[in-house]
Amino acid sequence: MPKLLKDKSIVDNSWQILPKGFAGALPDTPCFVPLDYWLANKQNLQKPESIGVWLDAEQEPEELADDIENLQHLAVNFPTFMDGRGFSIARLIRERYKFTGELRAIGHIVPDQLFYLSRCGFDAFCLDALSLGDEAEQHHQLEDYLAAFSVTYQACVNQEQPLFRRR
Amino acid sequence: MYIYDQHDKTLIGERVAQYRRQTDDYLAGKMRDEVFLPLRLQNGLYVQRLAPMLRINIPYGMVSATQLRALAHITRQYDKGYAHFTTRQNIQLNWPQLEEVPDILAELAAVEMQGIQSSGSCIRNVTSDEFAGINTDEIEDPRPWCEIIRQWSTLHPEFAFLPRKFKISVTGAESDRAAIQVHDIGLQVLRNANDEVGFKVLVGGGLGRSPAIGQAIKDFLPAKHLLTYLEAILRVYNRYGRRDNKYKARIKILVKAWTAEVFAAKVEQEWLQEIDSPSTLTDEVIAHAKDFFTSPAYESVDAEHAEATLQNLAAEQIAFGKWRERNVIAHKVAGYCAVHLSLKPTGVAPGDVTDSQLEAIANLADRYSFSEVRVTHHQNLVLGDVKLSDLPELWQAAKKLGFATPSIGTLVDMICCPGGDFCSLANAKSIPVAEAIQRRFDDLDYLYDLGDIKLNISGCMNACGHHHVGNIGILGVDKKGEEFYQIQLGGSALDDASLGKVLGPSFYAHEIPDVLERILSIYVDQRIEGESFLDTHRRIGTAPFKEYIYAKAA
Repeated sequence: MPKLLKDKSIVDNSWQILPKGFAGALPDTPCFVPLDYWLANKQNLQKPESIGVWLDAEQEPEELADDIENLQHLAVNFPTFMDGRGFSIARLIRERYKFTGELRAIGHIVPDQLFYLSRCGFDAFCLDALSLGDEAEQHHQLEDYLAAFSVTYQACVNQEQPLFRRR
Repeated sequence: MYIYDQHDKTLIGERVAQYRRQTDDYLAGKMRDEVFLPLRLQNGLYVQRLAPMLRINIPYGMVSATQLRALAHITRQYDKGYAHFTTRQNIQLNWPQLEEVPDILAELAAVEMQGIQSSGSCIRNVTSDEFAGINTDEIEDPRPWCEIIRQWSTLHPEFAFLPRKFKISVTGAESDRAAIQVHDIGLQVLRNANDEVGFKVLVGGGLGRSPAIGQAIKDFLPAKHLLTYLEAILRVYNRYGRRDNKYKARIKILVKAWTAEVFAAKVEQEWLQEIDSPSTLTDEVIAHAKDFFTSPAYESVDAEHAEATLQNLAAEQIAFGKWRERNVIAHKVAGYCAVHLSLKPTGVAPGDVTDSQLEAIANLADRYSFSEVRVTHHQNLVLGDVKLSDLPELWQAAKKLGFATPSIGTLVDMICCPGGDFCSLANAKSIPVAEAIQRRFDDLDYLYDLGDIKLNISGCMNACGHHHVGNIGILGVDKKGEEFYQIQLGGSALDDASLGKVLGPSFYAHEIPDVLERILSIYVDQRIEGESFLDTHRRIGTAPFKEYIYAKAA
């Protein structure tokens, strides 16, 4: 079964990600539906424990603003690990729209991004999204990446006060 | 200067450890090239034509004698005994070994230096006015604000994977020496009618393939909102800047596509939602930042007596007078001055220094200028706080060391990128062209008669040599494997910023000195008493230059 890094430990990941343009009946397993599908069908999708929504990098989290409190699972896609739009989207989801559920990074990310991703509000990471090198083996404890720095200058999701207010 | 506290030291130490682990993984084959690439870039390491190149930040151009000595040691121990000052006030090593870079970064960290975000698609080292805090036309010292921006941008988790590199420059003076109009964000510190400090904010300036002059999107941003406003600009850019084509990914392209008005409105809308968040600056943090940039312990100097002595010396020794006129700058404190150490002697690549020169500069700084040195974006150094009475002695010392070329601001005080000799992006060499120009124009009286002329040379359209904003700009181009040079006239990076216009078809390298001679002869013929090259060009346009040069060439 695919794995998920969540709350600093590795757990089974039974969630499916339904592709953009998905139509038809939902699978029996928990799943993330694409934003457009959600917006068109949300009245039939009110099962927050097993239905989440995923956004692509060019999509507007604003479109979910009214639904955030009825959702427990959101995911943001990284088309490539060099595409940093998801960092901004995550902060908006957490800080502006006050989402408190699970926020998952999907798509393509690398382990050295885990620290920044978690600072921006992600708390779950699909391991198949993590590019771990040619052998796809895990070389270091993933939690070490999450704790790469003990000092941060800026305010962010996991630290509301910038360093200059904490010095 | 800013002094690291425990937080800064911990962060930089953790950064070195992180990069050492990344390098080890890469060298052990556990990390692919494309994954290692942005990680090494964000620590300053490029892979260049002949060897890796390491760019070390000199935040807003301020460097201490201690740091210069550490740099000297590093160039000796890990490189070939020299380094290169860049047009963004940084310093580069041309020959480090990839596997030794973690050790270099550790040595740098020991003297509070680093290469964090000195390249890559992220917020780069913030630059400023080399005369910050000492010039006579200053409204506010920009350096405390630069330091606040430096800390905010360092390892910013949201903006480490931007569409493209992002450069911020800050000036606090009436005349802009920080080229804020050709930066992604240019900030001008000013005071409003109520004597409150704030910023005029420009966005979308830049050189490179599509050069553009920055446009104002905020005429007065109260100082405490600096970081929330910058964050709004960066967020809009991060989300909407183009990522499909790296040549169209800079913020200038987005600003142009949307118009400055639309961009400003989008930023305003974003900013108003975060205004007054905890990132709003407090009086305490502003005061704390300013505490690092107070005046040094100036002595009281008998300025009149010193001035009389200098006048006498200038009368006896014309060379001293010329040096003083070109290389010495007025200071806000009576009895003091700022002194350029020229890094443009003929035959040396502009901005290059050896290990022993770095140490000699550190010694000069200790002896004459409170142990601090400033790097200029024209690739020279400045001793910022020199007593007038020390000038004769300093002149002698600088002459002996090769730093007294009395040509600051003249044609031969060129900005020049490393070019095809070093850089893997370059289409053409730039250093040999610079040297040929220096050799041709070796008559100081002629150079002084020409007055202030900015000549900027880039080896490719990425424009590290700022050719678009040279009064005369030279751009290396490649045509079917041969190197040619295009000439542009009329650029400026000062308050009256403008982009140069192409003169016409390009030339061979060996033709450039002759072509320059002809350009300058047109200027000398056509100038009205006291008129600069730039003003003459603005009055008469490119046509007279073009007609003369291409008629002769035909």
